[in-house]
Amino acid sequence: MPLRTPSATTTQCDPRISDVDEWGRSEHMRSIVRRLSNPVYRHWFRVEWEGLEKIPASGGALLVANHAGAIPPDAPMIIHGIEEELGRPVYGLADYFFKELPVGGTLWARLGGVTAHPDNALRLLRDQGQLVLVFPEGTKGPSKTYANRYKLRRFGRGGFVEIAMRAGVPVVPIAVVGAEEAMPILFRLPKIASVLGLPYFPITLNHLLFGPVLGTTLYLPAKFKLRVLDPVTFDVAPAQERYSKSRIMDESERIRTEIQEALYDMLRSRHSIWLG
Amino acid sequence: MNPAAKRRILVTGLDTFWGGRVAQALEAKPEVEVVLGLGTGSPSVALERTEYVRTDQAYSSLSRIVRAARVDTIVHTFLIVDSTSTNSRSLHELNVIGTMNLLAAAGSANTPVRQVIVKSSTMVYGCSSRDPAFFTEEMDATTRPKTRIERSLRDVEALLRDFADDNPSTVVTLLRFANVLGEEISTPITRSLARAFAPSILGFDPLLQFIQESDVVRCLELVTMHQRPGIFNVAGRGRLPWSEVAATVGAKLLPLPPLGTRLAAKPLVKAGLIDFPPELECLLRFGRGVDTTRIENAGFEHHFTSARAVDSFARATRLKRAVGSTKRSYTYEADVEAFFRHSPTVVNKDRATTDDEVKAT
Repeated sequence: MPLRTPSATTTQCDPRISDVDEWGRSEHMRSIVRRLSNPVYRHWFRVEWEGLEKIPASGGALLVANHAGAIPPDAPMIIHGIEEELGRPVYGLADYFFKELPVGGTLWARLGGVTAHPDNALRLLRDQGQLVLVFPEGTKGPSKTYANRYKLRRFGRGGFVEIAMRAGVPVVPIAVVGAEEAMPILFRLPKIASVLGLPYFPITLNHLLFGPVLGTTLYLPAKFKLRVLDPVTFDVAPAQERYSKSRIMDESERIRTEIQEALYDMLRSRHSIWLG
Repeated sequence: MNPAAKRRILVTGLDTFWGGRVAQALEAKPEVEVVLGLGTGSPSVALERTEYVRTDQAYSSLSRIVRAARVDTIVHTFLIVDSTSTNSRSLHELNVIGTMNLLAAAGSANTPVRQVIVKSSTMVYGCSSRDPAFFTEEMDATTRPKTRIERSLRDVEALLRDFADDNPSTVVTLLRFANVLGEEISTPITRSLARAFAPSILGFDPLLQFIQESDVVRCLELVTMHQRPGIFNVAGRGRLPWSEVAATVGAKLLPLPPLGTRLAAKPLVKAGLIDFPPELECLLRFGRGVDTTRIENAGFEHHFTSARAVDSFARATRLKRAVGSTKRSYTYEADVEAFFRHSPTVVNKDRATTDDEVKAT
């Protein structure tokens, strides 16, 4: 399915030799990665969507999901799924930490990664009507150990709600089951993490099974199920200078609870980690 | 200011690239009565009726000039944004002290000055991994200034803000221009790209934004002729990766290690293989982008997007590689220029230059 060009305003009739847009995303690179990750999506994780039609076919929307797995596989699977099934590009917001990585940071940007700056989110959602994926748990989600699986962490300070309000776009919550078991963290080594300047340094079950190298790259074949929940809209005027902090925290907590409830509901009907 | 009155404009840095071109653009306008150019060297472009005054760098005689010539507008184009062209001490002297004296002259008692325009750079936003993709005019840099150019430009902007606060009746415009590309301008970036090898940092391919040199002059002209108070970012639309810029221009990338970048660059710069001023280092790591909505709403239309600015530069570079330098040679001769402007024997003052020179410009 052909994808819409992300920003027709700036790239039209420009003498260009690459298709990297003003955010650093390249549709050409995305299509290569989609081809490579399609077997993983279809046959390894066997991703199954529920309620995909709730994601708007046009206009901006802020996608919000739970985040898990030592090196979280949920982001690439959500982006892959939406781009394949809906034919819409997805931009993923993440910590500026990624931008500082040589090679990895550039690759991350080419594949749709954008620094999680409020102004970036606003521009993508309001001015360009794009789909933006964010994990409000931040690194607190993927860094939790297996014992805490499917227990959602705090949703930051609710910044994502404020951005959706300001941009006047809906928040679309997504509950993800499977990422927790794909690379479960047994314990963390905080000293090594601080020496290497990483947010956390996990020792995973994959490390024990496949060794230090393969264990960092090979996921366990957990069955992935994704459920899109009803879009949440806020009856407030967009583009306000300030929004009530208590309202923001309430909405944020409500969305967190909805995803948490959906996860428990999905886990209740799950018979096997590997078969679903 | 009475819009019907003829304008009397003073341009700083007449002997530099921007001053000369802005004066050329302004003297072509019938509604401009006088263009007065200040500079420390000789003008580098042919000018028809601009009056040239050679001053010292600190503009110590400026307030007398301003009052004597009843200057109503000052266009301050002479801010150094290229650290390779001066040392640290004279950079501070030229940018900060120069601007301070200029503003002091503009703000003195009974001053005829009603409008001040300063040409700054988007370098004031710095560049770091925490930056937004597009800085708007109200945003501050996310990190402390890393280079002396950045520091001096921020000092200049602070001086200008104080001046605007103290002189509410004066129209103050601050333009922040992105990296300039074009057929004639020489900057660290154009010099890097003109060589066979352009520096890059291994594993980084930042997005850069450019403005074409003619758009810079057009924008300065617009805000000078029409009052547009405030701070404005001026850049071509869109951003493109450094690798694409180098490929378009036909330069090969020479990747420097991401750690110890400066150390590794040193011998290569010494050997004359690459140019690598400090302003370029963080730009080649994280890039920079600015929002240009405000200047577009103020009535400015770009002729060049970032990509088209790169393309125009690439064409000029190919021509230079084929035929060598294409710079028009011009030598300023004070006596000749004074003759054309002031001698009673010159009958047609609007056609003071010879036909050949008119064609060349």
